[in-house]
Amino acid sequence: MGNNLDALTTVFTEFYYWVSIPLMFLIHVGFCMYEVGASRRKNHMHTLMKNTMIIPLVTTTFFLFGWWIYWAFPNGPFINGGLDLASGEANLPWSPTMGTNLEDRITGVFWAAFLLFSWTAASIVSGSVIERITSGAFWILAVVIGSMAWIIDASWGWHYAGWMVVKLGYHDAYASGVIHAIAGGFALGVLAVLGPRLGKFRADGTPRNIDPHNPWMVCVGLFIIYAGFWGFYMACNVPLISPEGIGGQITGETWTATTIYLTPTTLGAITVNFLLSLSGGMMAAYLVSGGNAFWTYSGGLAGIITASAGNDLYHPMQAFLIGGAGTVCAYKLHFFVERKFKIDDAVGAVAVHGYAGFIGLVICGFVLWGYPSSPYEGYAAINPLGQLAGAVIMFFGLGFLPGFIVAGLLKGMGILRIPREIELLGLDFSEAEEAEAAAEDVRAATRDLMK
Amino acid sequence: MADIDTWAVDLAEVGAVYPFQGSEVIMVVIVMVLWVVWHVAQISSEQRKEREEVARFNSRDDIKDKLE
Repeated sequence: MGNNLDALTTVFTEFYYWVSIPLMFLIHVGFCMYEVGASRRKNHMHTLMKNTMIIPLVTTTFFLFGWWIYWAFPNGPFINGGLDLASGEANLPWSPTMGTNLEDRITGVFWAAFLLFSWTAASIVSGSVIERITSGAFWILAVVIGSMAWIIDASWGWHYAGWMVVKLGYHDAYASGVIHAIAGGFALGVLAVLGPRLGKFRADGTPRNIDPHNPWMVCVGLFIIYAGFWGFYMACNVPLISPEGIGGQITGETWTATTIYLTPTTLGAITVNFLLSLSGGMMAAYLVSGGNAFWTYSGGLAGIITASAGNDLYHPMQAFLIGGAGTVCAYKLHFFVERKFKIDDAVGAVAVHGYAGFIGLVICGFVLWGYPSSPYEGYAAINPLGQLAGAVIMFFGLGFLPGFIVAGLLKGMGILRIPREIELLGLDFSEAEEAEAAAEDVRAATRDLMK
Repeated sequence: MADIDTWAVDLAEVGAVYPFQGSEVIMVVIVMVLWVVWHVAQISSEQRKEREEVARFNSRDDIKDKLE
């Protein structure tokens, strides 16, 4: 910190990211609530633990190798050069900047902000596979999506020097693709191997509704995710930087907030666009679902997710319309895929995150066609083809394929799915029996005391 | 082993302050091994419990009874 202005900027940036982290923590709380609410009574505790253990496992592995991947892989598979070992070195788990270090106040909070995205990616997958996947298999898949697949895509397409930004003009300011499309695609890949819950489909192939045991809890969970989403948006920005700090083509001396690509935006813009895309999604979902509470809340998320790629630049009315349109498409696609391919996505995660994210990327390519993707020279401008290619890379290349392959390997090892008997009786059956026996023991002792 | 023995310093010249500096790689290797061992132990324990539970319900009727 050279002078007071540098010190203030550094401490403000440190505090800014730090505040985003507990806000994003709410996303995980919300996911746990809605996932447990969506499960049947016989599976509650296993469902809760399956999602909760994402926290320690992804945190540990993101420290061990996830963070290094982000800094070392921006050039892609030899598309724009090789591994960036110089940038990666400062972010290796044994680097002095990864520990308590008075010379570096930003790496820790920046790492943690990225980590919370990692939890979200894994948590999105968690909801779709409830009530039949083994915990052990899921936790391996969580590490693959949370500390490997998503952070490779972030390095490629959510990094100021990522090859997808340089070559394709890829633009995804608030992670329609780099979190949501990839996690939805990954979930779909796993679901294709895992298969539906017992009883989900009738003999003629038509689906049955396996309704949430507690719809109210599911909706409040989604409400809490909305709150956490503010932290998510916050953490996608660089809060304050000078043109000199960017070192690109921006002239003058006006400091600004920027996206992860160091392109200028304002917190005001993203706040209004967040709320309007949420509103567009909720209103569209309410109509298309006939006022169904679960889909109306989910539609709010789908609206934000669809508009997120370009919410740094859209007009609020564009955010509203894009959010609404993406939500309708995601809703329709969910039921089409369920019927056509017998995919049992228990919470609609593939639709809300995957399809909405994919659609949002494509729409962004048309609406922001010709905008510069970066403040630096030599980058492709935002364009529909680059966005479509980016959406395919996110959803299929880094999402569906790894999910399908790793789930296939786990299935081959015989550890992907719980035994049929346990699925019928419920994952919590033994614990419930033990709890009932303990309660009966106490009741008997109480009766004895009354004699 | 303290890597800092006084705060009478110019903070601009202080970098890492955590203890046992120089042993970062060893610490990372230990945690890496513990992480892998955790997965192996967890999967093995989960499979054992599954086998025990399945063994409790030998027939279709057993499961039917429990479901009712």
